[in-house]
Amino acid sequence: MPKRDSSLWTKCPKCGEVLYRRDLAANLDVCSRCGHHFRMHAYDRIAMLADGDFTEIGDEIAPGDPLGWTDKKTYSAKLASDREQSGLNESVVCGFATIGGFAVALAVMDFHFRGGTMGRVTGERITLLLEEARRRKVPCTIFAASGGARMEEGMLALMQMAKTTAAVTRFMDDGNALIVVLTDPTTGGVAASFAFQADVIVAESRAMIGFAGRRVIEQTIRQRLPDQFQTAEFLLEKGAIDMVVDRHNLKPTLIRLLQYVCHATPSFVTLSAPQSGAVEGLSKGDHAAT
Amino acid sequence: MSNNVIVERERGLGELERRIAELREASAAQPLDMSTEVAALEGRYRQLLAELFGTLSPWEKVHMARHPARPTSLDYIARFDRFDELHGDRHFRDDPSIIGGFALLRGRSVIVIGQQRGRDTKENLKRNFGMPAPEGYRKATRLARLGARLGLPIVTFVDTKGADPGITSEEHAQSEAIATALVAFTTAPVPIVATIAGEGGSGGALAIAIADRVLMLEHSTYSVASPEGCAAILWSDAGKAEEAAARLKLTADDLHRFGIVDEIVPEPLGGAHRDATAVVNATLDRIDAALSGLTALPAARLLEDRYQKYRRIGQWQAEAQEEIERVH
Repeated sequence: MPKRDSSLWTKCPKCGEVLYRRDLAANLDVCSRCGHHFRMHAYDRIAMLADGDFTEIGDEIAPGDPLGWTDKKTYSAKLASDREQSGLNESVVCGFATIGGFAVALAVMDFHFRGGTMGRVTGERITLLLEEARRRKVPCTIFAASGGARMEEGMLALMQMAKTTAAVTRFMDDGNALIVVLTDPTTGGVAASFAFQADVIVAESRAMIGFAGRRVIEQTIRQRLPDQFQTAEFLLEKGAIDMVVDRHNLKPTLIRLLQYVCHATPSFVTLSAPQSGAVEGLSKGDHAAT
Repeated sequence: MSNNVIVERERGLGELERRIAELREASAAQPLDMSTEVAALEGRYRQLLAELFGTLSPWEKVHMARHPARPTSLDYIARFDRFDELHGDRHFRDDPSIIGGFALLRGRSVIVIGQQRGRDTKENLKRNFGMPAPEGYRKATRLARLGARLGLPIVTFVDTKGADPGITSEEHAQSEAIATALVAFTTAPVPIVATIAGEGGSGGALAIAIADRVLMLEHSTYSVASPEGCAAILWSDAGKAEEAAARLKLTADDLHRFGIVDEIVPEPLGGAHRDATAVVNATLDRIDAALSGLTALPAARLLEDRYQKYRRIGQWQAEAQEEIERVH
């Protein structure tokens, strides 16, 4: 089990509200006052999504230190401290689960491990997952959360963009569906590879999504960017993503999407109606198929 | 003052070059034989060149790759038999930081695509310092697909600090543009040869560098992040850029060892710009040779080999680790 901050209370970084951790967890890590979505731990997200089953794959492959990297600390020390604090041994957890009765391949990235950066093992695990999903002919859902390619692994990290792209294209060319959910934050090499290669791109409310980081852009143009810049809502307006969904509606939304991509008749699946209008556009097709 | 350490170092050399030229001129105009003096100066010149550039550190290579006189994509394309530029992304605009079109190389029809920086301020402004916007990547995607459809091999030249980090580029979905370019190069069932000609800056470089054969000039760099950016983030101190350059393993030798680069193109002492014609021709010969080998392969084999080539990079392990430790 991941080791966590054991304090009972925490503060919302957005509105400052003091929140009781147990209530926060019960509310899927969403601030009850302002709706701020906290960055979720990978296993919490899997628990939120999966029907109860999850078989992890690739967890035996752990990152080494290919470049013998040192900056202010050694890379090995950083990995050790991230392992300790996040309970993870890489920035992604991959496996197979059922969501609303549908068998899916599931990859969940976690910002708490090296800022969700993509190292060799991150790329390798996602590739293994896509290759196995292709064999099983099941759809794949990837939750992205990443600061981009991991600098401590140099070009070996950058090349994971090429590797995952290759796996994505083979998977998709066989007629399998890739649904990506962009969570806060999704940037750099992850945004610019499998995240934006998906058939359907969902983003979690208010997630920061972009190629270049906000600070880099501000330094380049020498002015402050508006607050809404690079938010999920901004990307929706610009036409870059399909929909923005509140965390509470994420599972129902995914199930509705899985029904389409799996050619399932909705009568087989009992579903409560989504809480907001975020997926309203889908309801028509639902009825038509019944 | 230039902030390029190579340009700075070349200043002393320039003085000597002028004196040799003057002496040559004088000896031609007068009956006096000054060949001994000329030979002596030339000897000193060669010696100085070797002292200044005999071995280059990763940081010096970063500056060599950014040298204002270093051959750019258009300098390579100028030595093709023919080039007919095609413009635009068919959606919004033509991005001059990526050039491309039909070309004839050693008698072979190809699609050529390259990142293009400017060699003076005016051209740099036009070409956004070689940092492509989404429209540039969409043009590259379109041209790669054109090559794929017509069965024309694809030749690319990489020379960019990285993808443009600007407001409009984000609004126009830079991530999607690069992600889609990666797909186009991954799936094109035609031979692809990429050459890292100057700076290979991160995802913005990789977007046109997925290839069956990757060539890299001896003093080019190819990196996950710029040394300056890396230093600012990981050391919180941009002054550590030189150290970051050494740690990032961004030189041709390093990347050849990792299997990311297949072939290194040697440069003359002092860098490619000291004999640009020879370097460009040698590079084109190698591209031609690589294409000859690749065009013999059936498309299915080409795609499978390309898949495995990139598939293997994450599985890189013990062998290279030993190599790294040996070098350290």
